[in-house]
Amino acid sequence: MDALIVERGTILAAFWMTLRLTVFSALGSLTLGTVLAGMRVSPLPVLRAAARAYVTLARNTPLTLILLFTSLGVGANLGVEFSDRVDTNNFWLAVVGLTAYTSAFVCEALRAGINTVPLGQTEAARAAGLSFVQTLRLIVLPQAFRAVIMPLGSILIALTKNTTIALVAGVAEASVRMREMIEVYGDQVIQIFLGFAAGFVVLCLPTGLFFGWLSRRLEVAR
Amino acid sequence: MSHSNLYEVPGARGMRRNRLLAAVFAVALAGLAYVIYTRFDAKQQWDAEKWRPLLRGEVWTTFIVPGLLGTLQAAALGIVFSAVFGPVFATARLSEHRWIRVPAASIVEFFRAVPLLLLIFFAFFGSYAIIGVNVSPFTAVVFGLTLYNGSVIAETLRAGVKSLPSGQMEAAQALGMRKGKVMHLILLPQAITAMMPAIVSQFVVLLKDSALGFIVGYDELVDRGLNGIAANFSNVIPAAMLVASIFILLNMALDAVAQWLRRKISSGRGTGSTKGGDTAVAPVAEPVGSV
Repeated sequence: MDALIVERGTILAAFWMTLRLTVFSALGSLTLGTVLAGMRVSPLPVLRAAARAYVTLARNTPLTLILLFTSLGVGANLGVEFSDRVDTNNFWLAVVGLTAYTSAFVCEALRAGINTVPLGQTEAARAAGLSFVQTLRLIVLPQAFRAVIMPLGSILIALTKNTTIALVAGVAEASVRMREMIEVYGDQVIQIFLGFAAGFVVLCLPTGLFFGWLSRRLEVAR
Repeated sequence: MSHSNLYEVPGARGMRRNRLLAAVFAVALAGLAYVIYTRFDAKQQWDAEKWRPLLRGEVWTTFIVPGLLGTLQAAALGIVFSAVFGPVFATARLSEHRWIRVPAASIVEFFRAVPLLLLIFFAFFGSYAIIGVNVSPFTAVVFGLTLYNGSVIAETLRAGVKSLPSGQMEAAQALGMRKGKVMHLILLPQAITAMMPAIVSQFVVLLKDSALGFIVGYDELVDRGLNGIAANFSNVIPAAMLVASIFILLNMALDAVAQWLRRKISSGRGTGSTKGGDTAVAPVAEPVGSV
């Protein structure tokens, strides 16, 4: 246990980084995923095709490759720079990569949610004279979100765990620190592993419980 | 699934407006593509000498084919092992004995909660301290893939067994079957059939996750593409695009298998007598949360 106690400052900093990556990527993916879901059900074939192509590309590419591509391609070649400081820049590039990947799954979950909204709802909305955007924003999406809270929770948990892959984009989060600590404290491998694993359980378990409670609470009564 | 219910069939004015909007969005998307194209062009990413190596035979035989084989080997072994791990732990978690059920549940929940990369690091960097030998990157990757995906499959199968009508188990018990036989002759086969699409989708996840081998230096496709090809021809972007397209094609093929199974299973349900309420009608699983 010594290593975990001696290095507790570093470990907490690493998990703070994990948490920040998760929060910013979650907000980004929720936004982009909702826009993509809206595009996928829109009356314009151009938007439908663009969103479908994006989702197919993003969800079938390994996250490792996406994060490598954001740091090498988007960062070095497209010249996207968020900050003069290397670590801040890497952080935001990792958020871009995680968002690009996760939003495809958010879009698919939301689309499944849109399918659960009864036909009568949209028919009534159209009869009341609402346009497509109004139907989607006022009638369909609020019900769709409430139907897919549980899957969105699973996606958030997966995102939390996926932030460990941000090490390929040069972000010093939990997995980087765990590797360093195993190399330094070779005699305490099991304790170190269990300590970091416990960190993720602490992050993910309440998320799962909270989303379970939320989905029951917000369930659409039909 | 068509969503045309969300909007009116456009009239003459609506049609004009939609065409205008479509043109605006098409121009915007093309503009975005053009900006990316020119930015890459400024860095000489489209130069022929960066792309031509990808057409050379020896590049494929030295890097791409061995890399692809590495990816497929790790994924295949991961699939086989997790296809064993899954049913075993699903059965254990459904056991009547608390001393089997509780440990099985904690193992499954633990491996589902821990990031796969940490499992791979634990096996790869920690093996010497624990068992006294350094395991190969390949072993570490397969170890992680098996424990994580096996646990997910165990949970999928458990949900499948639970969704079966209780008449299935009661009928089997009435025939005098013992607990083990009820599980592996009656319940598990039906659960596996019902959950097959979800299981195949999990294999897509497994195949993608095998790319984590790159981080511990396993010779798989991402590693061969970026550390092999790109190091020799300094063409990271073209190499990454090639590797990505190979992964996308592989996963789309697996996805197509999952879709085909889903259709086959749901059409198979329709035939035959559906009168008795006890015939197995487990819902065909729609995997939404597998990221």
